Amino acid sequence: MSVLVYTESENGNFKKIAFETASYAKEVANMLGTTVTAIAINVENPSELSKYGVDKVLTVNNDKLTNFNAKAYADAIRQAATKESAKVVVINSSANDKYLAPVLAVDLNAGYASNVVALPVSTEPFKVKRTAFTNKAFNITAINADVKLIGLAKNSFGLKESDGAATAEAFEPSLKDEDFNISVKSVDKATGKVTIADAEIVVSGGRGLKGPENWGMIEDLAAVLGAATACSKPVSDMGWRPHEEHVGQTGKPVASNLYIAVGISGAIQHLAGINASKVKVVINNDPEAPFFKAADYGIVGDAFEVVPKLVEKLKEFKANNA
Amino acid sequence: MKILVCISHVPDTTSKINFTENDTKFDTNGVQFVINPNDEFGLTRAIWFKEKQGASVTVVNVGGTETEPTLRKALAIGADEAIRVNAEPTDGFFVAKQLAKVVQDGGYDLIIAGRESIDYNGGMVPGMLATLTNANFVNTCIGLEIDGNTATAIREIDGGKETLKTNLPLVVGAQKGLVEESDLRIPNMRGIMMARKKQLAVTEPAEATQATKAVQFEKPAPKGEVKLISPDNVDELVDLLHNEAKVI
Repeated sequence: MSVLVYTESENGNFKKIAFETASYAKEVANMLGTTVTAIAINVENPSELSKYGVDKVLTVNNDKLTNFNAKAYADAIRQAATKESAKVVVINSSANDKYLAPVLAVDLNAGYASNVVALPVSTEPFKVKRTAFTNKAFNITAINADVKLIGLAKNSFGLKESDGAATAEAFEPSLKDEDFNISVKSVDKATGKVTIADAEIVVSGGRGLKGPENWGMIEDLAAVLGAATACSKPVSDMGWRPHEEHVGQTGKPVASNLYIAVGISGAIQHLAGINASKVKVVINNDPEAPFFKAADYGIVGDAFEVVPKLVEKLKEFKANNA
Repeated sequence: MKILVCISHVPDTTSKINFTENDTKFDTNGVQFVINPNDEFGLTRAIWFKEKQGASVTVVNVGGTETEPTLRKALAIGADEAIRVNAEPTDGFFVAKQLAKVVQDGGYDLIIAGRESIDYNGGMVPGMLATLTNANFVNTCIGLEIDGNTATAIREIDGGKETLKTNLPLVVGAQKGLVEESDLRIPNMRGIMMARKKQLAVTEPAEATQATKAVQFEKPAPKGEVKLISPDNVDELVDLLHNEAKVI
């Protein structure tokens, strides 16, 4: 009985969240006194998981799984879980993992807890801490089913290295025709751009920017930090920025290490969306902006003066610390 | 085309969140409840199909009598009929099983549910419902066209979007982008009057076990004071981010 972890990859390489999810699975396995088995789909170097405590990797190589497909991926993971008699299955909270998790939960007749932010509070009964009310609160969820499916919230656990060597074992799940009832016609993905989902740092702009023509300085600040760009709801509603950049309760949640808000007053819905970020910086000319109450660092000042200065100082900092 | 839109009855996005009974229950005192925003995008798209292509739109909710005003609002916006499954929506798996029964009894072609509710954020109901009813499933859907039995859906992926083709029956996890914010409708007086005459059926729940249970709530620890930095001294911010916060 292993803990099974699904390790997400892209173009043959593990995503960083795969290592975080594996690190978490290792700790859960330690709590249960068992080993960790990973399932890796179309990955070139599965042994990379050794560093994060994985004992065995089930390697799936199948051209039909080149494009992510929730049903087929869930089918493969279910078969791996059954083969390993896994009572705990760990996945992440990426868009793809959240797509396949409920399908997998039904397939495994598992109890599923998403957005889990810490190791289990207890294993008998099995209880985990997860976010609720869009980061305005936490709840302890008891999973009563025989199989527990945990969706780990991104950036909530970090990477934890441990000694060991993962053995690789080829695994060929039997996939059904109906797993492929949905076909991908096209993928439109910005290349070379840091996405909000993967970003360690997010730079976000609000109405204080006064118009889309002023977004250059947000992009400059993001570029020097290697950050993703984002925006508040009014900005996306007015069409200044695309809705996929909208961060907040009805937009995207952000769990970055650093979140810089420029010209955003901090409505309760926006704060809910960014609460999971570790360090928050606010630049706003209104000292009464509610965001200052939620921030770690703040500058009360004109964004049009402060941001270009900050970009210059960061460039100097980067040059000196290269 | 028969469309079913699954509606969650959730606290308004501006609600302050508190708990009672030794932090084991959500405190509904003074809280305004609304249609879950992700469901509202789905409902609006369903009404669009009804008006442009011809469809019937049923809304369904799993909940007690207190959720009926939310269903009536959906009727006032333009849904044709409503169903309330008379059970407390304690767990996503339980809710999905109740909805699966409604889907099977009603023979719906397209089922739309928000990608997640803004209260428990489980994000599990649409996918579970699709799997339980053996329907196709597209999550985080930001575009949907139906032509006969064929659906073309656009879903948001990390850093972009993907266009998918599939067949009905289909379950869609809706979100912002499926319709524009400006297309969301506010019920007008005529809609409210008509909603009073529309059918709101109440059905008893199917037997289903609860796979998970929220047993305790807590609020995030209070935040310390913000450290204010002079706008003339952005060097200090760079220094703090590097040496104190260690994020750059």
